[in-house]
Amino acid sequence: MEIRPIVSALMRSKVALILIGLQIALTLAIVCNALFIINQRLALMGRPSGINEADTFAVGSLGFGAGFNVDTTIAEDLRLLRGLPGVAAATATNSLPLSNGGWSTGISLQRDQKTSTASSAIYFMDEQGLDTFGLELVAGRNFTADEVTYRHDSENQQPPAVIITEALANKLFPGQPAVGKQLYLDTDAPPNVVVGVVRRMQVPWIGFNEGGDPDSEYFSTLVPQYLAFGNFSRYVVRTEPGRRDELMKLVEAKLQAGNGARIVREARSLEDVRREGYQEHRAMTLILGGVIVSLLSITALGIVGMASFWVTQRTRQIGTRRALGATRSDILRHFLAENFLITSLGLVVGAVLTYAFNYWLITHFQAARLPLGYVAAGCLALWTLGQIAVLGPATRASKVPPAVATRSV
Amino acid sequence: MLTYYLQLGWHSLRRNPVLTTLMIFGIALGIGATMTSLTVFHLMGSDPIPWKSDRLHYVQLDNWSPDQGYNDNGEPPDQVTYRDAQALMEAARADRQAAMFKTALPVQPENPEIKPFMALGRATYADFFPMFEPSFRYGKPWDRGQDTQHARVIVLDAKTNEKLFGGQDSTGKRVRLNDVDYTVVGVLDDWRPRVKFYDLTNGSLNGPEEFYIPYTTAIELKTRSSGNNSCWKTPDPGWEGHLNSECIWEQFWVELDSPEKLAAYRSFLDNYVTDQKKLGRFPRPLNNRLYSVTEWLEVQKVVPRDVKVQVGLSFAFLAVCLINTVGLLLAKFMRKAGEIGLRRALGASRTQLFLQHLVESGVIGLSGGLAGLVLAWGGLVAVRSLYKGYDYVAQLDWSMVLTAVGLAVLSAVLAGLFPTWRACRIAPAVQLKTQ
Repeated sequence: MEIRPIVSALMRSKVALILIGLQIALTLAIVCNALFIINQRLALMGRPSGINEADTFAVGSLGFGAGFNVDTTIAEDLRLLRGLPGVAAATATNSLPLSNGGWSTGISLQRDQKTSTASSAIYFMDEQGLDTFGLELVAGRNFTADEVTYRHDSENQQPPAVIITEALANKLFPGQPAVGKQLYLDTDAPPNVVVGVVRRMQVPWIGFNEGGDPDSEYFSTLVPQYLAFGNFSRYVVRTEPGRRDELMKLVEAKLQAGNGARIVREARSLEDVRREGYQEHRAMTLILGGVIVSLLSITALGIVGMASFWVTQRTRQIGTRRALGATRSDILRHFLAENFLITSLGLVVGAVLTYAFNYWLITHFQAARLPLGYVAAGCLALWTLGQIAVLGPATRASKVPPAVATRSV
Repeated sequence: MLTYYLQLGWHSLRRNPVLTTLMIFGIALGIGATMTSLTVFHLMGSDPIPWKSDRLHYVQLDNWSPDQGYNDNGEPPDQVTYRDAQALMEAARADRQAAMFKTALPVQPENPEIKPFMALGRATYADFFPMFEPSFRYGKPWDRGQDTQHARVIVLDAKTNEKLFGGQDSTGKRVRLNDVDYTVVGVLDDWRPRVKFYDLTNGSLNGPEEFYIPYTTAIELKTRSSGNNSCWKTPDPGWEGHLNSECIWEQFWVELDSPEKLAAYRSFLDNYVTDQKKLGRFPRPLNNRLYSVTEWLEVQKVVPRDVKVQVGLSFAFLAVCLINTVGLLLAKFMRKAGEIGLRRALGASRTQLFLQHLVESGVIGLSGGLAGLVLAWGGLVAVRSLYKGYDYVAQLDWSMVLTAVGLAVLSAVLAGLFPTWRACRIAPAVQLKTQ
């Protein structure tokens, strides 16, 4: 392949060369960084919550007035829910994974500890909680019905037994079995004993990160209590597979009919909770995806435009070369190689720009360093894009008849 | 002269419809993307109450644990305790002051046809209304006297008034909330600050409340906050324990009409905390803050990281679109070399040709800008549907429309400068010879 004519042709239109090169460089920088952000968000959204989301929904209740009895309401509601055909399990709780609102507490291992060992989400539930959320018990035992008590805002009663997640167990008691160990949810109260460990249960706050520990998003503690603060109560129901939507409507109506002195708040499936919890991350991936597609189209169109212009401008030279014995494929290859050369130059600049952009994201937005693989993939994509874009004009160039050279010189 | 250039530009653009469309489309895409992200950035970050934002200040006191700060960056807690809010209200050292907290109460309509519903409200002081200036459709706010009387009065927002009273003037009527009757004293107009700056802790993009009741009444009725409640020490049990705890669940705003008063209030806060230290509270070093509205928005990072990244990306995107346009314009003007040579030979000066081609790029920019506005409008519709709560920060406003068109014309003219300059350097003789 003769590189000389390509280089000398390019040097005759330096400005165009710079423009296309710069465009490719910027495109590489934006596409790589956008793709990196998209992949990070997809990884974030892909993490398991540890609970059964497909068959579960939550519903809340808010009673009227000072005379409203939350304790009996919770007991009656749970009896009603558990008696409904199609309901597999139900529990009262205070919060849900991914719901972005909940209760957290610092956990200490010693009473006189100054700062807590880990901060954990607190999920209140009864003996059906594990079954309702679909949590997998990996050590110890579930709560028993007689362990479950009411917790009012007039008392600070700590439960003797708690269940923790595997991630929290590893943080608190690394390398040791957690079951039977003591911890303090409140250092002014008697210690709590770990009676069981569940595989996984995500905290309510998305992106929760305590001290840079990625495991902290799974630091959850399960407490066998009915939280009876104010007139609020909240339930989670797991239905038999496929019956969730039908039961959501039914449960709302039944709860309202059972007790008129309250508002039954709209039932929400856990899938909806997830969708809403991750909405900004999903939005970001969609927006960045849109940016990548439009950017690649613009760049491809730009290459087509410039290449067509060059072909028109050089029609006579092409004719001359053809007249001097160059074949059609020689001309085609000339333009393909020319594009490859320009793209490569652009990509070198682009790699530098990519990391400059990444550096801006790191310094201003605590982003991570971009892995080299993205730049490699981006280069490959832009080379391919360039070759495809230039193919049309190049084919047109190869069809210039040698006779053109003899006209009008 | 300008009309002639415009005519020439129009002709020249019509000659290569594909190239022209490509250029306009490129600029439109760049402008559309930039305007979409910039609008959200601008509306979220802009001053929500510009005429008095420097007079409204948010009080922060550092009552947190001696062992662990509230924030890693050393900023004090973002809310205050009931005790401190009470002490500051009683001292009444500012021109206006209001403690407040978010609450959720069931509304029990008298009309049996309206189902009871849960409403989000704010328990606050009479000063809230003159401080934040929501406009009233009917009636007026309660007064300071009613604060001290724990009056059972309520201000409704327009929507709730519509729901309960069909939008009629409901002042003097009764509303039942959580088994307690309140008398309506006022109904707000549609009041919607873009950012809920007076309570950034509980959702900066949430709308204002559905009702407002006196703080003193809410406390008498043992109403708990439904917003964020953070504690570093376990509170004593019961309602009294809740009130006397070191838990933070209230916002406290003051209005200070001059820099002198601001300085005086600062030293008042310092003295207050120093006094409290003698009582064994406030174990951390003195760390009070008195941010103005705009400072508070900045500190609380109201504009999310993603929006800033999007603005950065969209400008890089615009740069690509402009480079693209420069390239295409260059191609176009170079192709017109013959025509330029002819006009030069017929006596047109370089300046005239230069202006003519600048006008041509300007026309492209203007068309691109207008098309970009349509794209930005579509982009904002998309943003509103992608993000919940962005309804009021993803709206085209006039300043943004003008910016868009201005930016498009400016960038197209800038993009056209080099190609124009190149085109005008053409020597007439050479061009004419090859014809």
